Amino acid sequence: RVLSGTGYGGIHPIFLERGLLLLVMLIFLEGTALTLGAASSPDISAQDNTGGHEHLDDHQGIAGSNDRTNYTYTKKAFPVLSLDYHHIQVPFEISLWVLLASLMKLGFHLIPRLSSIVPESCLLIVVGLLVGGLIKLAGEEVPPVLDSNLFFLCLLPPIILDAGYFLPIRPFMENIGTILMFAVVGTLWNAFFVGGLLYAVCQIEGTYLSQVELLPCLLFGSIISAVDPVAVLAVFEEIHINELLHILVFGESLLNDAVTVVLYHLFEEYSGAGEVTPMDVVLGVICFLIVSLGGIAVGAIYGILAAFTSRFTSHTRVIEPLFMFVYSYMAYLSAEMFHLSGIMALIACGAVMRPYVEANISHKSHTTVKYFLKMWSSVSETLIFIFLGVATVAGPHAWNWTFVSVTVILCLVSRVIGVVGLTFIINKFRIVKLTTKDQFIVAYGGLRGAIAFSLGYLLDKDLFPMRTMFLTAIITEIFFTVFVQGMTIKPLVDLLAVKKKQEAKRSINEEIHTQFLDHLLTGIEDICGHYGHHHWKDKLNRFNKKYIKKCLIAGERYKEPQLIAFYHKMEFKQAIELVESGGGVKLPSAVPSQVSMQNIQPKKLPPPVAERALPQFTKGREEEIRKILRSNLQKTRQRLRSYNRHTLVADPFEDGWNDFLLKKQRLIELEKKMSNYLTVPGAIPDSPTMCRARLASDPNAFYNIKASSDGVPTIQVDLASPQSPDSVNMLNEFSKEGATGQSLGQREGATGLGQREGADRDEDQGLMMKPAGKGEKGEGGNKNPGLMRCLSDPGPSNEDEEDEPFLP
Amino acid sequence: MGALQSLSDEPEYRELAEKTGFSFEQIGILHKRFKQLSHNEDMLRRADLDTIPDLACNPIRTQIIEAFFDKRNFHQNGDGTVEEISFEEFLVVMSHFRPPALNMTEEQREKVRREKLRFLFNMHDTDNDGTITLEEYRHVVEELLSRSGALGKETAKGIADAAMLEVASISMGHMEPDEFYEGITFEHFLKILKDIEIETKMNIRFLNMDTTTLCK
Repeated sequence: RVLSGTGYGGIHPIFLERGLLLLVMLIFLEGTALTLGAASSPDISAQDNTGGHEHLDDHQGIAGSNDRTNYTYTKKAFPVLSLDYHHIQVPFEISLWVLLASLMKLGFHLIPRLSSIVPESCLLIVVGLLVGGLIKLAGEEVPPVLDSNLFFLCLLPPIILDAGYFLPIRPFMENIGTILMFAVVGTLWNAFFVGGLLYAVCQIEGTYLSQVELLPCLLFGSIISAVDPVAVLAVFEEIHINELLHILVFGESLLNDAVTVVLYHLFEEYSGAGEVTPMDVVLGVICFLIVSLGGIAVGAIYGILAAFTSRFTSHTRVIEPLFMFVYSYMAYLSAEMFHLSGIMALIACGAVMRPYVEANISHKSHTTVKYFLKMWSSVSETLIFIFLGVATVAGPHAWNWTFVSVTVILCLVSRVIGVVGLTFIINKFRIVKLTTKDQFIVAYGGLRGAIAFSLGYLLDKDLFPMRTMFLTAIITEIFFTVFVQGMTIKPLVDLLAVKKKQEAKRSINEEIHTQFLDHLLTGIEDICGHYGHHHWKDKLNRFNKKYIKKCLIAGERYKEPQLIAFYHKMEFKQAIELVESGGGVKLPSAVPSQVSMQNIQPKKLPPPVAERALPQFTKGREEEIRKILRSNLQKTRQRLRSYNRHTLVADPFEDGWNDFLLKKQRLIELEKKMSNYLTVPGAIPDSPTMCRARLASDPNAFYNIKASSDGVPTIQVDLASPQSPDSVNMLNEFSKEGATGQSLGQREGATGLGQREGADRDEDQGLMMKPAGKGEKGEGGNKNPGLMRCLSDPGPSNEDEEDEPFLP
Repeated sequence: MGALQSLSDEPEYRELAEKTGFSFEQIGILHKRFKQLSHNEDMLRRADLDTIPDLACNPIRTQIIEAFFDKRNFHQNGDGTVEEISFEEFLVVMSHFRPPALNMTEEQREKVRREKLRFLFNMHDTDNDGTITLEEYRHVVEELLSRSGALGKETAKGIADAAMLEVASISMGHMEPDEFYEGITFEHFLKILKDIEIETKMNIRFLNMDTTTLCK
């Protein structure tokens, strides 16, 4: 969903025209294909049974079908090529629709300025209108694409799951009171206001609407008053407003599902009876509580199940994502089975499952989950909007100027009044008050969408004779909000200078201080003696850590506090970025700064080094080390080569991550010890282990590239494949002075692991730990100018030896 | 809201209210708590705060308690620590956690932000030399991770080092190999934390609503 208004400015205009032409042709083709499909469908229903039987019999090899007695066998030429559309019709049509949706999405981003002016949702509706129009032109009946089963069971869940899984929990919880107010009270207000006033309008003479009763009006009001998560997501994705507003509107659209469900069922039930007693109202309230809390409970249960299952998946990594999807979908279906709020179940499932599952599953599975969710939700959303267009063309319409226009106006008015009124009350309880600008965006962002249409579609034709009029009004309202409000919200946001989303990556300092603040505020609350919400949050966290995490997270990782997890994730990301940033080239100059660890470490007075006798390695020792290191590298390479369809490539980078970290820590320790004693003369050029230790411990040291004139080692990260001999070359560096380009294996983890094992062995052999002797020295007194620039101790002044670059 | 006639030392409260910005009711509640903690004496000691049971599982409790006895937080330009504090000083320290008023100018918000960040800075800068050195920062991270029985001091060091490096990178940009980054100054501290909207986060809701659910 990335807006790509840029990047295609340089396309030759001919390409653009061709692109547009292609687009139009594609639409036409799709339309015809679907028409064909629609055309064949009436024929099928007659022949279906017999046709089906025939195929079945043929496949089973039963000679001569028994169904039709007048079946005479006449010898025909053997059909070399035949067309059998009915056989594959349904999947074919589905695939065509999905393909259409995806191609549309593709097309819109190729056309440079279109996507920045018009939100995608509008364009998709237009495409839907076109396709629907084509189908109708061909004289066929438009398939009921927005059939409620299809919509609620297939199209909606991916979007909601995607939203729930990636829901930013912290801001959501911090604003939960406000969100609930808007969702529950706001929707109720909207429903009654719109429904009631519509009824009043209908009773006015001369509108020919007097047959519309109160209850159907209220029902209509409840359908149309709910803010739609799909539409909100689609539009708000593109305007990048600040997190608070986004979460307010979006949270509201998710949580009002419970209210909508209850109101809808309530009014639908009693529309037949014609009146609602106070008892029914009370029952309605109870029903609301059950629906919402029940939905959340169902979701939470499935979420915990999923988390528990993921604890044991370390040997079958390939199907990890599947568990998550299936459990979530089951949560949705189970909730729908009991008429609980399926949306809330999905959200609860995703949100509950996420922290535990992410600690358990592999990095690859995590990426898979992320991408599949995004893919499905994206396709779903596109399809929904296209279908809206098609359904508009298809559905029987009953246009009534009064009804429709009053609906649209009332919706707007009630939304504005509702938001303003509620904010007035809410601001009394908020620390960060909502300003007028915020209120405006919240009110203006209340978009209606396909859920309203589907709910309207579900209405019984007989019970509600004015159903077509309702549908027309709903569609008009949806069009109005999506087109008018959707298109104008972006310029309005810019005009009003509403705060936008901050793109900055979360830095480790912020993380440290966020945690620090949490504890600080909890402590202050304790001192004040007030059980405020920090206190309870802290209690929940501790409970979580003590009991829940132990059950649901595999291995030892449950002990890992959040800060450490964050830090590791950050290092991991940086390592991946390093790998992805391309092979064999110096790191890009988008490097923030040229500060390295050496600048940070406090200057320690160099110990009287001159007296220390720096021992040299014996040749034999060196050979040993080399052999160990080499064999470890080979081992790593072999591991990488084995492949099994049922397990992912044994990835030492990944599976050995924890070991790697522990070893790395030991190495850091080692490095620090060494840094105290190493100085310039006789220092070996940066030994590979040290280099890697430095790199591993200090992500920013990756970027420690300077112009050679500075005399600082330029690290050439040769992103060679593990099979490259480069990784072995460094072993020869031991003996070389002023080493030539030291290439570091790209799989820093992979080779590093090997190295680390080697280093450990050395460590165990006591080579390194002796304070006086320092590891891996080259033989002979190499007065190497290059020195442990990477290590912290600047050592005594050595300007005269710095003119050569350490590593060319 | 408004003065409570039942409070006997109203003029004193008025002065305190002016100084710290609390309302009379909030001052009354806090005074009750103060008396409860100090066992009805006039001065509060460290030992009194140590006895709060809920505080026992807080990883940074020593720093929090120290902050109450740190003269830098009393807004009187002193420094060093004291052994016991009066109610007024207690209130001044608490006032750091007051939420900003609704209609504040950008300037006033900035001032509030600086004040809160200054409080945090003082908590980290234990030797009061105006900078947070690597050692002090390491200590902070170690304390944060101390309760978690975590993977040991090495990770804490690693995290602190990485964080320090980040600050240096952001603040200093380019540094020569022999240049040395002394420590995080207050200005750098402001810079790296400017994205956390501290003035909206570092608040105690209690000071917003006048509820009285005092616990032990």
